Amino acid sequence: MDRHLVQRLGFALLSLVALVVVAPILLVVGAVVVRGSGAINWEFLTAMPRDGMKAGGILPALVGTVILTLGTALAAIPVGVGGAIYLSEYARDTWLTRAIRLAIINLAGIPSVVYGLFGLGLFVLFLQFGTSILAGSLTLAIMTLPVIISASEEALRAVPTEFRTVSASLGGTRWQGIRHIVLPQALPGIITGVILGLLRAAGETAPILFTVAAFYLPRLPRSPFDQTMALPYHLYVTSTQVPGMPMKIQYGTALVLLALVLSMNVVATIIRSYYRKRRQW
Amino acid sequence: MSLPEEPKIRIQNVSYSYGGQPALSSVTLDVPANAISVFFGPAGGGKTTLLRLINRLNDLVEGTQMAGSILLDGQDLYAPEVNVTELRRRVGMVFALPLPLPGTVRENVLYGPQLAGVGDRTIQDEILMRSLTQAALWDEVKDRLDDPAVALSGGQQQRLCIARSLALEPQVLLLDEPTSGLDPISTAKVENSLFQLKENYTIIIVPHSVQQAARVADYAAFFLMGELIEHRPGNEIFVTPHHQRTEDYVTGRFG
Repeated sequence: MDRHLVQRLGFALLSLVALVVVAPILLVVGAVVVRGSGAINWEFLTAMPRDGMKAGGILPALVGTVILTLGTALAAIPVGVGGAIYLSEYARDTWLTRAIRLAIINLAGIPSVVYGLFGLGLFVLFLQFGTSILAGSLTLAIMTLPVIISASEEALRAVPTEFRTVSASLGGTRWQGIRHIVLPQALPGIITGVILGLLRAAGETAPILFTVAAFYLPRLPRSPFDQTMALPYHLYVTSTQVPGMPMKIQYGTALVLLALVLSMNVVATIIRSYYRKRRQW
Repeated sequence: MSLPEEPKIRIQNVSYSYGGQPALSSVTLDVPANAISVFFGPAGGGKTTLLRLINRLNDLVEGTQMAGSILLDGQDLYAPEVNVTELRRRVGMVFALPLPLPGTVRENVLYGPQLAGVGDRTIQDEILMRSLTQAALWDEVKDRLDDPAVALSGGQQQRLCIARSLALEPQVLLLDEPTSGLDPISTAKVENSLFQLKENYTIIIVPHSVQQAARVADYAAFFLMGELIEHRPGNEIFVTPHHQRTEDYVTGRFG
């Protein structure tokens, strides 16, 4: 067969595969936007739900998700970035650090509902935080840690060793080299990893199911020990648990959640490309 | 050997290996103060390794073994009470490839002093001007102090790296093939600044060619496969080498 024809056939096939990958994403986003945008108005975003969630807005769920994400960030960033610094800069290659790395990789593969159950056992019951924002944030944080640690460690390792050597040769301690040279260089990669981890946390339902999420709580949370509604759980509830729910509320909720997550994604992309241009190696 | 009485650095019976691979075998060598000493020889001879042992940069490498001792002004650098950070301020190092730290020219020069606690702006400006002048760079960058260091040319970057080491006022300056990536004009500038610096500093350089070794050496040590073959004043070793192998290398029969 003519080899140009073969090549064209190959390209056509690959384009088709690429289309198959992209199409579902476009379809999902398209369907949510088309069916949900009708529900979006000022009241929907700023009012409490009414009539058993069949009317009114989604404010407590929106606020709840934002607070849970912030709480997750507060708990996961110091531990995750600190752990990555330890693994990349201080830990020697021993059986222990190899076991830690293996554990991190495996943690990333654990189903999220298992994290939920773990959070229920540890935070809600054993530590007696109750079903609360605190317990939910910590559960989400644990689920997010593997992503943050892996991404941060990779970003730190990508900074050439020579920078550390130069810093040491100028009388810098190991920590000073990390603090002043390595960390600033690795920051864009770390931020990207953190945001990707957090937006996964923002969209999860299972980990908050037993640890924080309220079915119907038309007020804003007042303390870390309050329960709260959250967008992913609200979506689940309105879609499956309440008969006669207007469809536009479900799709409106989905659209708000999607917009929240996608905008975080866009921010991560912008940060990454901005710093990549300024990087000198 | 016609060395002055009190050597700045005494290297005594130093052997060194990376993960079982020997890199230096019982090297003994005195480095005189206020002169340029050259460690030269073919690749893999252990020159750079010895250089990095003098300010303990090899501490950062895992799986190495060292025997023997290195004395700086009579003090054992590997004694347990030695403050390594403090030592590296006294023994500066310039690397083969210029590697400016992220940030401006000013930030690069002041990185070491700031870590050492120099916060006063007037003193900082003095350090900046002194070390850039010593590195023969001041005239070229005095109006660009707040430009990113990577915006300088390769030759300027390498002199910036020298200035960065000089900012700490070290007693000893180690240079590992500092001109290997530079054009002849930049190389000449760097070499000229070394001639001026030796008035106040003890300089050890691993040159990137025999020619450079011959140009700059007050004293020269020839290394071959981890052994010190010959160590004599520069005007002797390149003219009348004692050892056949030194002569073969100096005259370009191998390399």
